[in-house]
Amino acid sequence: MNVGTAMKRKEDPRMITGRGRYTEDIQLPGMLHAAIVRSTEGHAAIASVDASAAKERPGVVAVYTGEDLAGDFASGLAMAWAPPGVEIKTPEYLPLQPTQVKHVGDAVAVVVATTRGEAYDAAEDVIVDYDPKPVVVDPLAALADGAPLVWESFGTNRTHEWEVSGGDIDAALAEADVTITKRFVNHRTSGAPIEPRCSIAEPRGDGMTLYSTTQIPHIARFILGGMVGIPEDKLRVVAPDVGGGFGSKLQVYGEEALVLALAKRLGRPVKWTETRSEHMTTSHHGRDQIIDVTLGAKSDGTVTGCKAEIIADLGAYQLLLTPFIPTLGFPVMGGCYKWPAIDIKITGVFTNKMCTDAIRGAGRPEATYWIELAMDRLADELGMDRLELRRKNFPDKEEFPFETALGIVYDSGDYHGTLDRLLEMFDLDEFRREQEELRAKGIYRGVGFSTWVEVCGLAPSRAVGPQGVGLQAAFYESANVRVTPTGSAIVYSGTSPHGQGIDTSFAQIAGDILGIDPQNVTVLHGDTDQGAWGWNTYGSRSLAVGGEALARAARKVQDKAKRICAALLEASPDDIELADGKYQVKGSPDKSMTMAEISGAAHIPPQELPADIEPGLEESSFYDPENFVFPFGAHACVVDVDAETGKVKVVRYAAVDDCGPAINPMLIDGQVHGGIAHAIGQALYEQVVYDEDGQLVTGTFVDYALPTAAEIPSFETDRTETPSPVNSLGVKGIGEAGTIAATPAVAAAVLDAIEPLGVTELDMPMTPLRVWQAIEAAGGGA
Amino acid sequence: MASPVRVSVTVNGTHQTAEVEPRLLLVHFLRDTLGLTGTHVGCDTSNCGACTCHLNGEAVKSCTVLAVQADGAEVTTIEGMGQEGNLHPMQEAFWEHHGLQCGYCTPGMIMAAADLLERNPNPSEEEIRHGLEGNLCRCTGYHNIVEAVKAAAAAKQEVRS
Repeated sequence: MNVGTAMKRKEDPRMITGRGRYTEDIQLPGMLHAAIVRSTEGHAAIASVDASAAKERPGVVAVYTGEDLAGDFASGLAMAWAPPGVEIKTPEYLPLQPTQVKHVGDAVAVVVATTRGEAYDAAEDVIVDYDPKPVVVDPLAALADGAPLVWESFGTNRTHEWEVSGGDIDAALAEADVTITKRFVNHRTSGAPIEPRCSIAEPRGDGMTLYSTTQIPHIARFILGGMVGIPEDKLRVVAPDVGGGFGSKLQVYGEEALVLALAKRLGRPVKWTETRSEHMTTSHHGRDQIIDVTLGAKSDGTVTGCKAEIIADLGAYQLLLTPFIPTLGFPVMGGCYKWPAIDIKITGVFTNKMCTDAIRGAGRPEATYWIELAMDRLADELGMDRLELRRKNFPDKEEFPFETALGIVYDSGDYHGTLDRLLEMFDLDEFRREQEELRAKGIYRGVGFSTWVEVCGLAPSRAVGPQGVGLQAAFYESANVRVTPTGSAIVYSGTSPHGQGIDTSFAQIAGDILGIDPQNVTVLHGDTDQGAWGWNTYGSRSLAVGGEALARAARKVQDKAKRICAALLEASPDDIELADGKYQVKGSPDKSMTMAEISGAAHIPPQELPADIEPGLEESSFYDPENFVFPFGAHACVVDVDAETGKVKVVRYAAVDDCGPAINPMLIDGQVHGGIAHAIGQALYEQVVYDEDGQLVTGTFVDYALPTAAEIPSFETDRTETPSPVNSLGVKGIGEAGTIAATPAVAAAVLDAIEPLGVTELDMPMTPLRVWQAIEAAGGGA
Repeated sequence: MASPVRVSVTVNGTHQTAEVEPRLLLVHFLRDTLGLTGTHVGCDTSNCGACTCHLNGEAVKSCTVLAVQADGAEVTTIEGMGQEGNLHPMQEAFWEHHGLQCGYCTPGMIMAAADLLERNPNPSEEEIRHGLEGNLCRCTGYHNIVEAVKAAAAAKQEVRS
């Protein structure tokens, strides 16, 4: 068995030797380079664009404005959510703006030249005259009467309202002995993969190939083909090695449509590569929600109900999932608790900023942050231990599948189990003793906990698609398994990974089912010409949906292999078993065949096979899950706060997570580590900041502070394994779990540390300045 | 555009000569002129370290060096560190300890880590973490990168003793 082992990654040899192939690495004969002229204004009408000087520059092939190209696109960029009964204000969003700009970085013109340097030089010479308009960047200000309007035609900055509820919230809060009401802020962040975006369009015959740094090549083909007027069979989209996504490449961007339109016009390959500043201004952002929460409980700690009103700053346009992201958190609003009444209202708001959309966790980190900190606050108000309050409201493992007040069915769980294990690793009593001793010495150490659940494995199409929540998509996944005549296997998955290790974990799954060494299983993906339609990679779905599709296709191949083997060994197919890598007759291990022998016979039959067995050895599967999957866990974070400087240092982090049986435990640990580090970044360092004029203050990695190795501790991780009943592998996603779990643990640890200094409230990111100001304001630094 | 300048650089042991724009960055010389695409660009502001290579034996961010400044120098890129079957111990350690996920920061991280061990053959965990703070990784949370560097240092000590 290879499943369950920490097999070294098949991806790595090329990547550690510099032979990965990322989009930017691709050079094509005759390739042109595009540079984009972007708005320097937060909101303005375009009075004029003068490209005459730019066109005279050496190497310049063409300069186009938004007006020049408006006719090249059959539509604007796509927004995929149409919730039944809710109208979402959705302005047209063209790749180049013809008449007006709505945020700094909005694309105004494009220069195409023979080299990148020439394109950038000429872009500097494009003179755009703007008539500035009033700017609004604060979502609460944008909702106020008389606020400047991002879109005058809509007459309001309110994009939509969406509500969901279960149970009687008014009665629930009325019967509560204690209620807490608090505002939480999830600030704006950037996905910030280290690989910037890059797209290359290459004309080929009567069609086009798009190489792009995307998480969603099939969805991109579907949308871009329609926008640019290329039939899907003529448009090949390839996602080569992709250098991280974190949601920022779960998008169909204007630049992808733009290079296709340019290559179509010019008949030559056109490449565009994002600068880091372009990433910060024009790759979609994440989070940016303000949440007002009321949580009530009986005096014994039994929660009676929760009400949350969420203001979501969506920026200036609607991209693919922009308005949907806050709603994506709703299946876990209620956390891992038995909250009998839940009432959620989400209001979307336009501002003069880049759109928000999915960034690692996408709706669930926001929800987990306020749920966990609200539970802490409620425990304090009740005078109850924070973990005891959690345990009081956990469903027991026998209660699964557990249906929440919102009608969501959590597939499986053992919330006491992960917390028990965490407290074996982390001695809380010992910590509290140490904390007291350190406080006496003026060292402020704190601990924060997060007991979390998330919803992933996107998704049962009937729940999320047009007939459900209203996404205009389906969420099954495809797989094709092909055994070669010599007995190796080529697997094509409709997922499209960007660092997750699918080449390895999928080879382990297929290898075990087929009876082939995983080293002889090649996993292909991310090329729309190679396999069946797929719904690609996001929402921690690759393993739970794509892996299950693969397992199903591989089992079909195994069944056929057994039938061929039975025919050749003159046995009944029911008597053939796969053991020790061989197909053998039960009870007669001397009568056996290897997969290589069987596949050889399937392709070049040595004797006539039964009439009902077709030649070849290849099968496909399309799998649409019956339910989501719900991984869960318990995390503890310990920080030290320097009261004189406000600097926070994470000194210990312990995590127990449960994503079902491990396919490759090494890969799980890696995903958890990276997810936690991403959350530490959000909690302590990272923030996208616009000033009141709509100018982006954090336009580079100088100002947008990704954590380095020096800011991150080593992690202590462990797992429990509670299988999901949803898929045959029992697996749940783990790609976003760390990010979903960790922000409340980090934030609670900081608040615990500085509580003796009188600080009880502090929003993320808990930067030294903010922590120091909070301590000063509380008088604790005196 | 200023007149092209002739530069001669020994890259991974091979002598290379080219006419380049004076403003051409070393990283673009490696990637675009020589086709050595293992050295990556991630930030344009010398923060991320994805472009780290060795210039006369010391780690540099090749987005902060002009190609003309490398004239007459010896440059080693990730492609010059080792091939499959003959990997550099740091490459081996990154593979063994799952020190990479998307792989984009990895070449720069390996070059920086190898340089760190040249300067400090037996670093503490804190020294490793501070030694790599010029290289950003968004995937791994650094945990397994640090484990890989520890392992490479231990392997190096073993070879010496």
